[in-house]
Amino acid sequence: MSLDKNGIAKRIAQELHDGYYVNLGIGIPTLVANYIPDGMEVTLQSENGLLGIGPFPTAEEADADLINAGKQTVTAIPGAAYFDSAASFAMIRGGHIDLTVLGAFEVSESGDIASWKVPGKLIKGMGGAMDLVAAARNIIVAMQHTDKEGNSKLLKQCTLPLTGVRCVKRIVTNLAVIDVTPEGFKLIERAPGISVEDIKTATEGTLLIEGEVPEMEV
Amino acid sequence: MNKVVNDAYEAIRGIESGMTVMFGGFGLCGIPENCLKALAESTVDRLTCISNNAGVDNFGLGVLLRKHQMKTMIASYVGENKEFERQLLSGELEVILMPQGTLAERIRAGGAGIPAFFVPAGYGTEVQEGKEVREFNGKMYIMELGLTADFSIVKAKYGDTKGNLIYNKTANNFNHPMATAGKITIAEVEELVPFGTLDPNQIHTPGVFVQRIFQGKDYEKRIEFLTTRS
Repeated sequence: MSLDKNGIAKRIAQELHDGYYVNLGIGIPTLVANYIPDGMEVTLQSENGLLGIGPFPTAEEADADLINAGKQTVTAIPGAAYFDSAASFAMIRGGHIDLTVLGAFEVSESGDIASWKVPGKLIKGMGGAMDLVAAARNIIVAMQHTDKEGNSKLLKQCTLPLTGVRCVKRIVTNLAVIDVTPEGFKLIERAPGISVEDIKTATEGTLLIEGEVPEMEV
Repeated sequence: MNKVVNDAYEAIRGIESGMTVMFGGFGLCGIPENCLKALAESTVDRLTCISNNAGVDNFGLGVLLRKHQMKTMIASYVGENKEFERQLLSGELEVILMPQGTLAERIRAGGAGIPAFFVPAGYGTEVQEGKEVREFNGKMYIMELGLTADFSIVKAKYGDTKGNLIYNKTANNFNHPMATAGKITIAEVEELVPFGTLDPNQIHTPGVFVQRIFQGKDYEKRIEFLTTRS
């Protein structure tokens, strides 16, 4: 069975390490925060100027002066820090953030990502995504393997305007965990009950398969 | 020199049609509500507005938009605003979008007297078009220019009569960099105190960057997406 959004988030949480500073994008990536293993210290950065995002507030705690990059009300954990936008992107651009998790419309087999613009349809802007993908040490994309019409989102080449080039390291979808290698996409794990054949069919780009592909443990 | 003005109407004197103005805030968080209201009531138009976002339809920069006071908008993310999208698609409004960190650094650089610098964000994308590209240590970078404005308008929690500012939580965001990049910087604050009463250790924006300051009133501090846990 393919994974739901929480399943994807749960699998991505397995990529976290103690001491990591992590930036989570809007959508599925935000859910990763719910699956940080107990006892592991992971500090979440929000590019609008917060290091140490806490849980969503209660109705009484909600504070207009305390939001995340998705403009939602949040709380700050004890030991959090606030800073301005230039300092925030110094953290990002300077390579001080260990991992970025973000969504995408398309990823190419060379690691290009398109996530911000659909010409003629959607004009919202790139926000911090271009800065994040250009600079983070490790970038994981969380997305559905195919779009609503069933078209693959893992392509030989992106068709939409790019957010960044040759930057995505790993993709976690509802069907699989896939790495971007110099030779193309490499299948690492299958979602429970999903066959290699299912994943091949749903992947337009080159897909390398080596030996037995294990099932994810989620 | 007296930096204190009575209110937003006095603070925005000298802002003329066609000028470039920076507005602090991220979404609706930390926006200069009083000055935005005063500007919306003025006849000033054809403004080039620099702000990370464009407000919502009936609040923040969205009000200037609705009154057609904007010619150009420089921003990184402009979702959640239907009027913005309408004016953009109809060609009434020129929009220049750039990566958020590039926008922040262009403002920081402008305020710090740095005319240009190189960043990796946008390399290989449409953001790179028309810009100088250089390789440093095996990685590709594009040249971006420092940004300044005729006026910068920022909002802080506390300010003193010398213009020293302290922001609250994530309401700092673009306010501090923008405060440094205005030829004239206007600060509206929730609480204006006599100089000497703020702790110098806690100042975010030293008063040298601020030319006009006043205590704002009737802050609504709207929340764009109230998200709570049960």
